[in-house]
Order: sequence, then structure tokens, then C-alpha cells
Amino acid sequence: MSKSITLDQPDERNLLDRMAQGTIGKPRNRLEGPDKVSGVATYAAEFPASNAANGVLVTATISKGEVVSIDEGSVMDMPGVLAVISDQRMIARPAQGGAGEAPVQQVRQVDYWGQPVAVVVAESFEQARDAARRLKITYNADDAGELVLNPEDAKVWEEAPDTETVQQGALPQAMAEAAHAIDATYTTEGHNSAPMEPHAALAEWDGTKLTVHASLQMLNYNIDELADSLGLDAENVHLLSPYVGGGFGSKLGISPDVAAASVAAMQLGRPVRVVLSRQQVFHSVIRRTETTQRLRLAADSDGRLQGFGHEAKVTNLPEEEFAEPVTQASAFLYPGQDRVLKVEMARIHRMTAGSVRAPGEAVGMQALEAAMDELAEKSGIGPVELRLRNIPERHPSDDIPYSSRRLAECLKAGAEAFGWDDDDRRPAQRREGEWWIGTGMATAARIHNIAKAEASVTLMEDGTAVVATDMTDIGTGTYTVLGQIAGEMLGLDPADVLVRLGDSNLATGPGSGGSWGASSSGSAVQIACEAIREELCDMLGCKDEDLTLKDGFAIHSNRRQSLPELLNGRNIEKLGKLEPGDTEDDFSQASYGAFFTEVAVNAHTGETRVRRMSGAFGIGRVLNEKTAKSQCMGGMVWCIGSALTESMMFDRRDGHLVNHDLAEYHVPVNRDVPHLNVIMVEERDPAASPLQAKGVGELGICGGAGAICNAIYNACGVRLRSFPMTPDKLIAELPDI
Amino acid sequence: MKLAINGTTQGFEGDPRTSLLDFLRRDCGLTGTKKGCDHGQCGACTVLVNGQRINSCLTLAVMHEDDEITTIEGLGTPQDMHPLQAAFVDHDGYQCGYCTPGQICSAKAMLDEAQAGWPSAVTGDLTAEAELTPEEIRERMSGNLCRCGAYSNIVDAITQVKEDAR
Ligand code: FES
Ligand code: FES
Repeated sequence: MSKSITLDQPDERNLLDRMAQGTIGKPRNRLEGPDKVSGVATYAAEFPASNAANGVLVTATISKGEVVSIDEGSVMDMPGVLAVISDQRMIARPAQGGAGEAPVQQVRQVDYWGQPVAVVVAESFEQARDAARRLKITYNADDAGELVLNPEDAKVWEEAPDTETVQQGALPQAMAEAAHAIDATYTTEGHNSAPMEPHAALAEWDGTKLTVHASLQMLNYNIDELADSLGLDAENVHLLSPYVGGGFGSKLGISPDVAAASVAAMQLGRPVRVVLSRQQVFHSVIRRTETTQRLRLAADSDGRLQGFGHEAKVTNLPEEEFAEPVTQASAFLYPGQDRVLKVEMARIHRMTAGSVRAPGEAVGMQALEAAMDELAEKSGIGPVELRLRNIPERHPSDDIPYSSRRLAECLKAGAEAFGWDDDDRRPAQRREGEWWIGTGMATAARIHNIAKAEASVTLMEDGTAVVATDMTDIGTGTYTVLGQIAGEMLGLDPADVLVRLGDSNLATGPGSGGSWGASSSGSAVQIACEAIREELCDMLGCKDEDLTLKDGFAIHSNRRQSLPELLNGRNIEKLGKLEPGDTEDDFSQASYGAFFTEVAVNAHTGETRVRRMSGAFGIGRVLNEKTAKSQCMGGMVWCIGSALTESMMFDRRDGHLVNHDLAEYHVPVNRDVPHLNVIMVEERDPAASPLQAKGVGELGICGGAGAICNAIYNACGVRLRSFPMTPDKLIAELPDI
Repeated sequence: MKLAINGTTQGFEGDPRTSLLDFLRRDCGLTGTKKGCDHGQCGACTVLVNGQRINSCLTLAVMHEDDEITTIEGLGTPQDMHPLQAAFVDHDGYQCGYCTPGQICSAKAMLDEAQAGWPSAVTGDLTAEAELTPEEIRERMSGNLCRCGAYSNIVDAITQVKEDAR
């Protein structure tokens, strides 16, 4: 029934390249595409439920303290209002990615502005919204002395729980002796995931079993988070997320809407829908922490790094374990035996800090790559050449080899496609009218992980196949790539593979997070297909090497038989299981790439426009060239936001988020983004997964903002060490023209 | 009161606070039109009212007596896609798909606006015929946010439809 592989050794078999269907890697259109463009694809809030009531969350207007009273009488007489609920089973914070248990639940104990404190339920959304606005709540605000709202006011900095501190050799000495040294401090501001679909849940309770349509990335963990919050058995919770309108980390764990809708449905005995407002997406879910990062680079006269330091400061709420792992790529990307890596965290009262797309590298790489540009300038070595000279043989701290790494190829391919000039890097040399023009580049790097995954594949008697797993497709292309993997292995057009996702009753996968989804769940699909092939071989009395499956036919020893004929009325169902193994520890595994960009900086206003951007990426096997490129493009758009506009702004007096909507928190719009040129560098990584594929969903955001920062310097000679590089910061420094 | 939605007459008797967006999504079951912000900041709710694009979250259903509303469901179906819908699929002009119906409705009206000679903020010569360069398309589509970052492909998709229509 099932087949299992533990990745203790690199999987050198390269099964997919031995197959005959020729669909893997091809730029196929998404299988679910027609449903999405026609408005037929159904997202969480959109499932029909007769008699559904609607809940609207009420959120705290203080940053710390307690709810003294909630005056239900202030709204219960309003038309349609059914209930005001402020229940200990609700959640005060979202669950962190992969938590698998309830987050902090005391909704009446306020720890941040915007924390959910109650939900108002009414017949209609309009009634609930109105009542939620009028609900009278009395708070006892705790603003005495101790309350720390801003990172700069924090006095206590603790070592981050999950990031390994590295203290190797003597960095100060290496800095003192270096031919070229950079000691620079960069800052980044808080970011919001801002998926276009606000978090939403529709809960139904039948007295025993809870069914929730929700917008979630990792159902396997979410089940336990919700069950634990509600005091239910996990078997009695059923989650459905067939379509997720973007997640970017903010839907890794259950969000307050999920618990509130569930509690309300259980209390009222009828379906309840709760959808977060856009403002609540900003102030009640997660933020990416702001960071302060000190980078120390000590190079010899050839530009080779002898010393390397990356120390970061981040924040989170009290009791949260998550600390942005800012130095994650710094641990393996560049050499330097004298080495310091450290992340420190302070507790402040802003909303929960958690995973926003590529936690760690997204902000760590942009600062590091900006500092590398400073080193390139100081040493007089071209930025690409400097990076080529600093590709370590072995992991600088763990002394293990790298799995496949195409960094040099990406640097060269990207430079060539862009038309990069590595020699003349003098700043402020080119002007077109009122615009300074410049170019910049950066390396991309993001760790690779896989996780335990199961997937079921059924070869149907009619010669089609069904893939089923609780894995999600959050825009990443999961439906399509799983269809292509099964199609390749079983000799079917992916159009003949039905892929079922986003249902917690299906085989358990890790979900979409940390770029691990496709390589984990995709490997499980491949393994299930191997088991099906084994059974077909038994039926035919042949070896797997001698079996060709193509276009719905089984071919061996010059015989060609259609699958329906061969199956003769039976289905073959197999469960594939992947377990991570020793390759995790035996190799340093990551996806790599390089960004190249050209910007124009307005000499009068300080406005920066990105005019060109290219990226070359090595992600192991490409499962679908079209969707993989789209993932990279999406990441590059985030780089533009992170470099130029995105910044959560808090009122320093009371801790409330000032720009809590899409008019004030500026994600890039169409006109901010030039044509993006993405190059996929051919690669197979046997240590990474049985598919020989690595993660792609986050790589495109890891470093590109640094390339833009470097291009701004090259354009106008202003080296800002403060992201985002908004006109107000630039204008003060601009040279006269 | 009555209004026509995708060619079918619909009555509206509901709560006067109901936005056109919520009326479509809830009362008409037309959930193809998306709610991204409810404040006119994202474009996910774009529909056509008498052929012109509008943020349906910024208008009340009661304000549309006798208007003709076209939603994404009225443009095409999975089996019979509008050329814009097909081009978005071919060019991967989306990822999660949540902004997509709004993008496509917006693009439909935008092409018509350009056809009618409407200039935009980046049009150099206001008296010349509007030429839909990529820069023009980017400017004219900037009311539709896409957090997945599919913009480059969206411009390619629209450009292809524009060229095929020649
Ligand atoms: S939902 Fe109408 S513009 Fe965002
Ligand atoms: S496709 Fe996800 S927001 Fe545009």
C-alpha cells in the first residue's frame, strides 16, 4: 500500500529524467488556471452556507492592559445582532508557523494595539460591522513605566532562541589587520505580508465535528493549533483550503478569524463566517520585525574574506519564541574563519512578529549584499568578481560540503543577460535629464529544507490518475507541479491527473512554508508513483528499467498496451512517504542566484524608479519553468517594495500601526515594476530531495533589495544604510546638479 | 429596484448599506469579484458598470438602479474564456488568483478606454492617438494591486490581447 524513502543519502537515481513523458519542467499552464481567471475558484469566505451568520472582530485600542468590561447591552438591541463573544477559546495572537499548538489565548489581557478582544456576530455583515464599531469596551491601560513600545527604548536584549550564535577566531583582530575592511550598520523596517485575500474562516459545527473553510498554508499544523485552542480532539476538526489568496507566511498558523468563527459557530449552533478587514490583516496578524544589522567584512588584498561578522537586533512580543533568523544565509554563504554571527531579540508591545516570506534571508541578505558592495568599492574589485572570489570550499563553521551549488553560474549568466560591466563602478557618472542612472547587483541565497510528507496517488482503471494530499497551493503552482510529477512518472498528460489539495482529510504533508512544499510533497508523489510502477512491473513481469509509461500506454519488450487494458477494471492506489534524513546534516543545502538591476534616481525629488531587473537562479530541478519563473518574479517585486517603499510605521507614543492599509503601506504597483527577466540555471541536487529539486518560493526576495540599494549608490553616489530608501532619506544627500 | 447583472435582471431589496461588491458576492452568489480591502485601495473588486471599470466596494448596490453590471463571470467561463482570460492563463499573469478577476475586468475596460483615445498620466501627446506601450499599460493598470507580483506577466498578457485584436 505504501512506499517510504528516508533521505539518508543523496538520491542519485534521478528518476524523473529517466521517464519518457517529457512533461516535467515544461512551462505548462496552471491546471487550475481557467477556474481562477473565470472567478470560479472558490476561496475561504466564498463557500455557500445556508443560514450563515457573520462575525466581525473587535480589536484593542490600547497597547497593554486589560479589558475591564464589555458592555454587550450597547449593541445587543441593534437589528440582527446575535452575540458578543469574548471567550478564552479565541486567540489573542496568530499561531506561529509550524507551532502545532494554541497560541496565546487570553483575549482580555491586551499585549498589543489591534489585538482581538471580542467578536460580534449578527445576521448580516453590515449589521455585525456596525455593532462591532459601537461596542463599548472599558480598558484598564497599563502604561506605567515598563511599557516598551519601540525597539530603541528596549533595554534588555536576549539571545534569539533558535538562531545559533557563532563565535569563531578573533574578528576584531581580523578587522584590524584586513587590507580592506567594512564595518557598517544597516536598518530595515517592519513588513506586512499583505496577501490580497484577507484572512477568512467559515466554521460549521454539528455538535461533534467542526468543519472550517479557511485561508491557511499548513493544514497539518493548523488542525492541532485549532483543536488545542478549542479543547477539541484533532480528529473532530476538518479544515479546507483548496485555494489560498496569497499567504507569504501570514497564513502559516491559524489567525484570529479561524478561532473566532469556530467558537461562534459552536456557541450559536449555526455556520459563522469571520473575515478580517484589511486593517485587521495589518494589525492583528503578523509583522516582520524591523532589524538593525551590523556587518563586519575583513578582506585580504585580493578581496578574499578572512573575517566575517553579522549581528542583528530584532523584536517580538513577550512569550513569543520566534526571532527573525537574520543571519541564516550568512552562516554558509561567504568564507572568513574569524567569524561572529548573532541575533538578539528584545520584547516590545507591537503585534506578533512572525514569518513573512523568507524569514531571515529576506532582510539579512539585502543588508549583507549592500555591505558587500561597499567592500567591492573599497577594494576596487568588481562586485561580481568579488563574489566569485568568495565562494567557500566547505561550510565555514560546520566544515561540511555543499550540496549542488550553482552560485558562480548564476552570477555569470545573470551578468551576461543583463549586460553587466564589472570594471567601471564609479558612482554618479551617468545622467539622463533630471535622472541619475546606475546599476547594481547582489547575490541571492536561501536555505533549503524538506519535511516529512505523505501523498496518495491512484492510477484509475480508465488510465487517469488522482493525486491527493492536504498540501496547499497558495499561488505557488502546487496543483500543476504535482500533476506534472505524477504525469511524468506514470506516462500521462498532466491534464489527465486530477490533483486534490487543501483538505485535511487527505494524506498529510508539511504544507506551504519555507519553500519546502513542492520538494517535500512532490517527492511523496514521486514515491507513490514508484510504488505504482512496481505493481505494474509485477503485473507485466518486467523490471522498472524495462518499463516505459508514455501517453497512457505501458511499453515493454516491444509490447504496447493501453493502461485501461492493462488495469482491466482495477485501480492502483499507493501512499508515498518522504522522510528527511542524514543529508540534512551532511550537506549545506541552499538555493542560490544573482540579481542585476538598473535604477533611475530623480536628482530633484529623490524618487527612485527601477528600470531593469534580471535574476538568474539555481533551484535544483525546475518542476515547471513557467510557475517557477513566476515565483522568482514575485520575489523580485517584493525586493522592489523592500528597497523603496515598504515600511510599517508605528505611533511611538501609543504603539498603534499608523499605515494599516493598502493606501498607506505601499506595496509595489504595476508601474513600479519593469519587465522582469528571469533565467533558470540548469541544476539537479540529489541531496536536496528525491526530485533533485530545491525551494523556489522565497529565493527571489533574498538579496534583490540590496542590488537596488547598490544601484542607487552607483547612480547618484548616495549610500543609504536604511531600508526602504524613500525620497525623504535620499533627497538630503543628493549631489547638486 | 432592479439592475442587470451579466445580462440577467436582479432585484435588490436589501440593507441600503450593502455595497455593490457584497451584493454581488453574497446575494447574487457571484464570488468571482473579490474583496481585498473594502476601501478602494486594491482593485480586486473591479467590475464593469455600463462598460466602465469601477471599484464595486466603493459604491452601494442601491445606487445602480437599471445599470448594467458585468462581472468576471460575465466575461467568460472556464470552457469558453474571453481572450483576456486565456491570455492570463498562457502568460501566467497570476499566482494565487485572488487579484485576477479584478485585473481582467480592469484590463477589459482599460483597452476600451485606450481605444476611445483616453490619455493617461504617462501619455506624452494628449492630442495624438493613445498608443498602448508597456509603460502605458503599467500606468493604466496600477489601480489593481497584485501582491504575488505577477505584473510583468500581466503586462505581457494584455499586450498580446491588444496585438491580437489588431
Ligand atoms: S476591495 Fe474594492 S478596491 Fe479593494
Ligand atoms: S495573483 Fe495573487 S495577488 Fe495577484
